[in-house]
Amino acid sequence: MSTTANTTQAFDVVSIRRDFPVLNEQPYGKRLVYFDNAATSQKPTAVIQALVDYYSRYNANVHRGVHYLSQRASDAFDAVRGKVKEFIHAANEREIIFVRGTTEGINLVASTYGRKNVMAGDEVLVSAMEHHSNIVPWQMLCEEKGATLKVIPMNDKGELILDNIEQFLNEKTKIVSITHTSNSLGTINPVKEIIKHAHAKGIPVMVDGAQAVAHGSVDVQDIDCDFFAFSAHKMLGPTGIGGLYGKLHLLEDMPPYQGGGEMISSVSFDRTTYNEVPYKFEAGTPNIADVIALGAAIDYWNNLDREAAAKYEQELLNYCTEKLSVINGLRIIGTASNKASVISFVLENINAMDAGMYLDTKAIAVRTGQHCTEPVMTRFCIPGTIRASFMFYNTKEEIDFFVEQVEKAISLLNP
Amino acid sequence: MLGMLQTENEIVEDFELFEEWDEKYQYIIELGQKLPALSDEFKTDDRKIKGCQSSVWLHASVSDGKIIFKADSDSTFVKGEIALLIQVMSGRTPEEIIKAELGFIDRIGLRQHMAQTRANGLASMIKQMKLYAVGFQHKTA
Repeated sequence: MSTTANTTQAFDVVSIRRDFPVLNEQPYGKRLVYFDNAATSQKPTAVIQALVDYYSRYNANVHRGVHYLSQRASDAFDAVRGKVKEFIHAANEREIIFVRGTTEGINLVASTYGRKNVMAGDEVLVSAMEHHSNIVPWQMLCEEKGATLKVIPMNDKGELILDNIEQFLNEKTKIVSITHTSNSLGTINPVKEIIKHAHAKGIPVMVDGAQAVAHGSVDVQDIDCDFFAFSAHKMLGPTGIGGLYGKLHLLEDMPPYQGGGEMISSVSFDRTTYNEVPYKFEAGTPNIADVIALGAAIDYWNNLDREAAAKYEQELLNYCTEKLSVINGLRIIGTASNKASVISFVLENINAMDAGMYLDTKAIAVRTGQHCTEPVMTRFCIPGTIRASFMFYNTKEEIDFFVEQVEKAISLLNP
Repeated sequence: MLGMLQTENEIVEDFELFEEWDEKYQYIIELGQKLPALSDEFKTDDRKIKGCQSSVWLHASVSDGKIIFKADSDSTFVKGEIALLIQVMSGRTPEEIIKAELGFIDRIGLRQHMAQTRANGLASMIKQMKLYAVGFQHKTA
């Protein structure tokens, strides 16, 4: 492609790749091509080092000890809340709750805000392209309360049909929960527009930001969402930690999620009073090490030219889309005009897992199957897809090799 | 017909020709492509073992006190695995099938690739074969 030279100038992927030690791994003695970034991203050395540093130099419980190590751990831990606030452009760091990841963030909102506000006969609105994590918690809530789950449909390109969004937003609708970016189709949804429509009717909106945080910047105040959940591991951070943003007045009004230490203000056998937001939602010893490493991941993003990285990822997406589009018997699933660097496709008469395993023999890591979005597969009448998802540390050379191997898989597996 | 363990040993010997995962993969694909398809009349829901990424249809019948397995899958790789299992398990008595330890799966180095394809239903297929055997044993007892 003619853009290669420009890319190298604008975005130095060669030096970026040195920050990610796992990219040097050689499965089966071959060069690793990691295209499973939508499942989890790789980690830069700075993040790995943050974990090692914490455990080897200042491991202690936070907010309890009077001693040196505890002070140091508490300071490092507390600083990350501010970093997350800046990262997603929240107004106040008290609006940031540490959770295990997007899934727990959504469950937290469904079981606190949802339980308090959704009643029998009410409706919860999601979209046709949600991850199971943004379906099941709401389904469980609806079942418990006798409410109904409503679904915004999508078109054949994998874009939400919003022409008659108003009909889904009525006096029974108590909350909307929608993904910013689809993990299986790559579609970037116009969440700001959806939120505007919902707010016009006084309905709060939760945004599943799992995929969005790793591609381009997120501004929760600009889109004006009421809740936003994300996972650190999809944005260069460690597994087991993530953030839930909620508007302060909503969080203050919500009952606690789990009971235990840290979330209380005072406890007696007669009565317990709860701590203030955000601690009210953070029962027990927090995931200190991973919070600190999430901070290191955010530092990494802040040192990166994020605009150039996002642009480069779009180039990778376009490059791969062009190359795959000309292959006979290959159909791309999800052709929205606004897409993140995710390509899902099916091969005619070839099982996706078979192709995925073939690619694995060449040390190419992709994901195959339903991607925890079974309704999406049902919508497109397919059992599953092969999904390649790119991060800014991937290269066009890797895509060349990948496309070549997809062609080989087709000739090997074609009955 | 060779005994069950002898059949397993032969499979292990075949696989010793291949050092690399890609060679084993291609061999299993070949076996899958060669396995005769199950006719549509047997591809019914009650014979279906549904996995997350592939499904298996398993049909069992009895002839002279031996169980004959026929199976199919929408995945060629799984069909290759089925071909191996049928080699070992089909045409055996219910007792043999129930007792089968199937050590060859470990010995040919396939178990390590099972983790990534835990959804492929191989484990469920073995379980189903044994259940059939238990069923036939009760019927004939």
